[in-house]
Amino acid sequence: MENRIFNRDMECMPRKELEALQLERLKSLVDYCEKNSKFYAERLKKAGVTADKIKCLSDIEYIPYTTKDDLRDTYPFGMLSVPKEKIVRVHASSGTTGNPTVVAYTREDLENWSEQVARLAMAAGAHEGTTVQICFGYGMFTGALGLHYGLEKIGAVVVPTSSGNTEKQLKFMRDFQTDAIVATPSYCMYLAEAARSMQDKYPMSSYNLKYGILGSEGSTPEMRTEIENHWGNGFFCTDNYGMSELNGPGMSGECMYRDGLHINEDHFYCEVIDSVSGRTLDKGSTGELVVTNLTKRGLPMIRYRTKDITNINYDACKCGRTTARMHKIIGRSDDMIKVRGVNVFPSQVESALIGINGISPNYLIVLRREGYSDSMEVRVELVDGSLLDRYGELVALQKRIHDNIKNILGIEIKVNLVEPNSIERFTGKAKRVLDLRNEK
Amino acid sequence: MYIKQLSVFVENKSGRLAEITSTIAKAGIDIRALSIADTTDFGILRLVVDKPFEAEKALKEAGLTVSLTDVIAVGIPDRPGGFAETMCKIADKDVGVEYMYAFISRDHDRAYLIMRVADNEKAIAALVAHGCEILSGDSVYKL
Repeated sequence: MENRIFNRDMECMPRKELEALQLERLKSLVDYCEKNSKFYAERLKKAGVTADKIKCLSDIEYIPYTTKDDLRDTYPFGMLSVPKEKIVRVHASSGTTGNPTVVAYTREDLENWSEQVARLAMAAGAHEGTTVQICFGYGMFTGALGLHYGLEKIGAVVVPTSSGNTEKQLKFMRDFQTDAIVATPSYCMYLAEAARSMQDKYPMSSYNLKYGILGSEGSTPEMRTEIENHWGNGFFCTDNYGMSELNGPGMSGECMYRDGLHINEDHFYCEVIDSVSGRTLDKGSTGELVVTNLTKRGLPMIRYRTKDITNINYDACKCGRTTARMHKIIGRSDDMIKVRGVNVFPSQVESALIGINGISPNYLIVLRREGYSDSMEVRVELVDGSLLDRYGELVALQKRIHDNIKNILGIEIKVNLVEPNSIERFTGKAKRVLDLRNEK
Repeated sequence: MYIKQLSVFVENKSGRLAEITSTIAKAGIDIRALSIADTTDFGILRLVVDKPFEAEKALKEAGLTVSLTDVIAVGIPDRPGGFAETMCKIADKDVGVEYMYAFISRDHDRAYLIMRVADNEKAIAALVAHGCEILSGDSVYKL
């Protein structure tokens, strides 16, 4: 795949200049909020921060965080900093708990958003003339329209099929010779499986699909490989990241080297914090991502706590971009547990179990306090009876699971093999942690 | 030549053995011999029964991890040195024993060994050459 860069000036800017630009934009954002945002003006005043007090980027730490609750509490338009008539688009999150979070865009905001998406879409393989099918659901969700405008901006041939109606999706894919699709990793996989099931009628060679621009849910490298193998013919997937509070998709995305997601740093200033203490961590540390949208004006967002856990690499990338790269999301701060002072995510245990034969993907983490120290047990269901013939094989399996998890977490754990179906099943979000540390 | 033995994965918690053996009891299966190897966390229950395939089905339906393995059943004289002599014959041929267990028969001068060895054919050849009795599946299931 050719290494194309949409906005070389911004994406390959020397870091010193980039940081100077961020500082300038941060100051003007604070100044703008003082004058136009009732919500932020109050907060800034309380914190004693004014635009001229900001001398360097780290001075942002004097400004309090913004959370999802702030958006909910001010539902629907309490955080707007322009009259509603100046807004040209409104989106909202699903709001599974309580009020949905509403976000709003001025014309300038939409222009910036398209620019951000255009960059990541080009990094992911799309360019002028690429036929791209957008298989995200259109509607209040930011994913579909975000990609739609960004792709139009680079001159791609946009096919807004939306989600669902798999047979029609595949028909257009063949008939239009679609080059790229925008989808969630799971839907991209589903489409590949559906295409394979119809191979007698339409061989896989009747598709021209080259790029998967995947987002809106996380995916592991293992899952990505599986999707690529399912489509075959050199299909290449990249991951991108964003959220409606920060425009939508467009904050960051992978390039062809897939070594982290390039952040559009001229628009987004990122920090990584300890989600428990709220303290900002050193560059390169793993923690909760906090993002300031430097250019958004309709509904500004300063130091938004994403609750997503990652780390940021500031080294230049082989692709030529100088923008920092964030690691694929490692977990959610809500799911994080602390064991002997170490941050642990259930998703890390999950990834350690992938590829080990003889066990089910179900697991349970049990935490106990022994004396003054925490102990962590991981229960895994044994499903393959053939391992029972030799005792040594069971011990070896137990050791392999143990070593895999220990390597990833860096702490001592105990693995317990348990009988099939002995770990409780959940239809919705699985409960993976049983914390007995405060029980007598 | 070989007999079928069931291996069942058992978590180390009280009452589990009672539950598992009740499952096969309900299926009308009679146990001929059993052994259990365990650590502090889990164990493997090994069973020789009269109807191994039915037992496997019943245990699987109860959601257990089960496997059926070919093992060797050997008849040996029930007197001092009977076991040691048999072992010497296998050791001479360098056949490693994974595990074994023994029980005496209703005849007062016979005992039986259930053996899982690294190389079944080699072990049987050594035992037969020295006049040991290798039991067939049917004869063990009907014991």
